Amino acid sequence: MNDGQVEMLKHLQELEFCAIDLNLFLDTHPGDHTALKKYNQVSEELMALNETYQEKYGPHCNFGMGTSEYPWRWVQGPWPWEIEYPAKG
Amino acid sequence: MWIYEKKLEYPVSVSHPDPQMAKFLITQYGGPDGEMSAAIRYLSQRYTMPTGAAKGALTDIGTEELAHLELIATMVYKLLKGVPAEEMRRQGLGAHWSQHDRAVYPSDASGVPWSAAYIGVTGDPIADLNEDLAAEQKARATYEHLIGLTDDPCLKDGLRFLREREVIHYHRFGETLMRVRDYLGAKKQF
Repeated sequence: MNDGQVEMLKHLQELEFCAIDLNLFLDTHPGDHTALKKYNQVSEELMALNETYQEKYGPHCNFGMGTSEYPWRWVQGPWPWEIEYPAKG
Repeated sequence: MWIYEKKLEYPVSVSHPDPQMAKFLITQYGGPDGEMSAAIRYLSQRYTMPTGAAKGALTDIGTEELAHLELIATMVYKLLKGVPAEEMRRQGLGAHWSQHDRAVYPSDASGVPWSAAYIGVTGDPIADLNEDLAAEQKARATYEHLIGLTDDPCLKDGLRFLREREVIHYHRFGETLMRVRDYLGAKKQF
């Protein structure tokens, strides 16, 4: 996995983390306008980046949540546990 | 229905293989207060929750726990990567090697396999949510113990992320419990 892909993947992880945390917050604060607005904003950004990522690096989700070029790219590595992230700092 | 996302929730890494640390860490994979217990507990309890908000919180937190299960598995996989049998044996993992090689197997730090006996699913939403609050605190405490057992800054970083999530889940379960109590009209303290 090249540096560009790792960087884009990390950006996806950041955005999805925001979505996860806001999602849990909204589960117990369903009437919070600000949180909902942020959730919708982050979700749109996440969906757009997901699409860009999939076009470049192949499907990111299984079972019909993304398309693949020939040959079937889903099975191409590295798998998530195999990725070596560059050291921080 | 669940779908798989081909990425980790958080980019975990380790500075170097450390089989002894893998032996300690495996308890958060298949131990009593580990991520498998958490995921199966919440995803089993959700069916008998009385409100949409409680069903939502248990579904979403249970799903996040599955992502945490993958983070722990990744850490263990990386901590055992390339470690030879002899070294595994020296570090207290001879028994693991004999049955599992370097595979990630759900057990606690002493090798006891995961058991559904670790979780409570009573069908009583107040009892279940109280169990969940305790479970999050026990997991937080375990992460603090694990952080104290390693000096690897990369591993500590991932463990700190997981510890923080336990704290957040504890808050969300507390709010869920309050709302369920209100819904059931049970103003008395249990």
